[in-house]
Amino acid sequence: MAQLFPRSANTMARLSIFGGLFTVLLLFGLGFMLTRSPVATREGDQRVQPVQFSHKHHVGDIGIDCRYCHTSVEDSASAGIPPTSTCMNCHSQLFTNSVELEKVVNSWETGEPLEWVRVHDLADYVYFNHSIHVRNGIGCESCHGRVDEMPLMMKAEPLTMEWCLECHRNPENFVRPLEEVYSFGYHPPIDQSVLGPQLVESYNIRGNLDDCAVCHR
Amino acid sequence: MLSSPQHEATQPKTAGQVPVLAPGHNMRSITDKISDIVLKPKGGIGWVIGFAITFALTMQLLFSIGWLLLRGIGVWGNNQPASWAFDIINFVWWIGIGHAGTLISAILLLLRQQWRTSINRMAEAITLFAVANAGLYPLLHTGRPWLDYWLFPYPNTMGLWPQFRSPLVWDVFAISTYLTISLLFWYMGLLPDLATLRDRATGKIKRMAYGIFSLGWRNSARHWKTYEQAYFLLAALSTPLVISVHTIVSFDFAVSVIPGWHTTVFPPYFVAGALYAGFAMVLMVAIPVRKIFNIEDFITMRHIRNMSIIMLVSGLVVAYGYLTEGFAAWYSANPFEIDTVLLLRFVTGPYRVLAWLLIACNVVIPQLLWSSRVRSNTVLIWLISGVISVGMWLERFVIIVMSLTNDFLPSSWAMYAPTVTDIAMYTGTIGFFLFLLLLFIRFVPMISAFEMRELLHKVSHSGDHHSSSNDSQHGGEVVPVPGD
Repeated sequence: MAQLFPRSANTMARLSIFGGLFTVLLLFGLGFMLTRSPVATREGDQRVQPVQFSHKHHVGDIGIDCRYCHTSVEDSASAGIPPTSTCMNCHSQLFTNSVELEKVVNSWETGEPLEWVRVHDLADYVYFNHSIHVRNGIGCESCHGRVDEMPLMMKAEPLTMEWCLECHRNPENFVRPLEEVYSFGYHPPIDQSVLGPQLVESYNIRGNLDDCAVCHR
Repeated sequence: MLSSPQHEATQPKTAGQVPVLAPGHNMRSITDKISDIVLKPKGGIGWVIGFAITFALTMQLLFSIGWLLLRGIGVWGNNQPASWAFDIINFVWWIGIGHAGTLISAILLLLRQQWRTSINRMAEAITLFAVANAGLYPLLHTGRPWLDYWLFPYPNTMGLWPQFRSPLVWDVFAISTYLTISLLFWYMGLLPDLATLRDRATGKIKRMAYGIFSLGWRNSARHWKTYEQAYFLLAALSTPLVISVHTIVSFDFAVSVIPGWHTTVFPPYFVAGALYAGFAMVLMVAIPVRKIFNIEDFITMRHIRNMSIIMLVSGLVVAYGYLTEGFAAWYSANPFEIDTVLLLRFVTGPYRVLAWLLIACNVVIPQLLWSSRVRSNTVLIWLISGVISVGMWLERFVIIVMSLTNDFLPSSWAMYAPTVTDIAMYTGTIGFFLFLLLLFIRFVPMISAFEMRELLHKVSHSGDHHSSSNDSQHGGEVVPVPGD
């Protein structure tokens, strides 16, 4: 009887065992890396906005406080997107001839709001409240990164649940004094391992911040 | 011919018992008979009709799953307060059915029970197909089966692990281990027979297919040595699974605080129930199959009787479990336990008819098996097995639905009734089970041919004491028995 399989079938069989295992490990590793990479999280992704607004210029160069535009950050869940009138406080006088500003002026004249593209978009099943964070010593910078150095807004952090839990499980590693919440490039005046627990104590941060219902309500 | 000494040799020491292998067989006739079922070109009209019916039922299953995915689990009848119903009943029922296969293939192998040989492969196939059906239910009950990989602990971006204190997570591990080991065990056991089929099949495609799946099996002594080691290792691994899987399934209930579930007798009593249902299913399959495929020489009355006896014994353990359940409820002096287990279940509750039916099916009717005349009547055994299968399903219904629909607060009491989708899916899984079984019968040898040859060797040599070369038992059809 003739041989059913050529000699090479042995090698193929051995290779397929190795190949199968290798492929499984490779797929697993790829999945692990891809789900954390900017491909999935969109970190550093500069979206096209209606107006090329530069946080670097307004915050870094001029030094406008976050709360000047994001007025509701201390009192409500949403930090608030400023209305066109906030822009016009200054720009009715400054750079009135700029081409980029024309769209803002248009919006002011027609009453059509500018439609900004949301960069930090959490899933709908996450209940996130800005006020509780800024009032308990979480700096804007901790989640939004060095906004004062961003010509165009982008995500600096992955905003995955794993990332949220890093702080929710150990808030003492991230809290800062209240007067430093809106500052950028902050360094703790004394060692964070000393300062952190003190601040947690003084903010009265208690309970299990990693309970499901803290964020999923 | 060996027939006359062999005839004596196959007679066990207790006189008058049927042998595990009918006399008059030799190595070749065994292999011929078993592999011919697979290799003959046509399956026969009965097989085709059966295939058509079970295929239709499989489509019905797929349709009901499709409907479920499209509309959500609201198409099932379970809702508050009966948040578990058909899905968990059928899950437990199917998982239980698988247990006989593991017992036969693992424990009886380790105990060197010769009579396991001709039924182990079929029983293992029943295990696999039953577990496949069982697995469907919890996976679909999550509501979003495409996210079911969340059930496994893997380094996800949510920074979460499953809740390891929950029995539902233990279930995931228990069932996936069970499925993996059962599949490996079944496939390993098939290798030498697949090689036989490769050598006997005509037609390039068949030979190539069996050739690939036999993984280059060449019947060498080294192969056999590795094989035996691996097979016993897997048997040892499967042995604890007979007990662990259904124990963990029972924890789904026992660990909770629902009246009627909250009892420590659940694990042993569930395991006994699983074996009970499992042997009932093996008998329900084996009895018609041995008749249709004319393999009564291999699956003899000895097998049927032995299985009936195991079924009777496990049934008695189950009956004792019912008694203990009632006793534990009374002894707890907890009004909710007493109400649920003793009063609502049997006297005043809405499902009391089902509870009494369950007692009739699982406790009363199987007592017929005490009679050796009943144990010789395959039709009666088949009917009793069917009754037990129904009874075991009713048991889960009574435990699950009764406790959930009548819990602590009478204000939250409500009736449960399955929907059309529930029933379509359940009958669909039965169809799918039979569909897989028909494919199995047609494409792989349903009896382990090489183990039957080994058995023949053992029974034909058990009388005389001269040591024969052990290798000849594995020789396949190419090595004739001396004196054949």
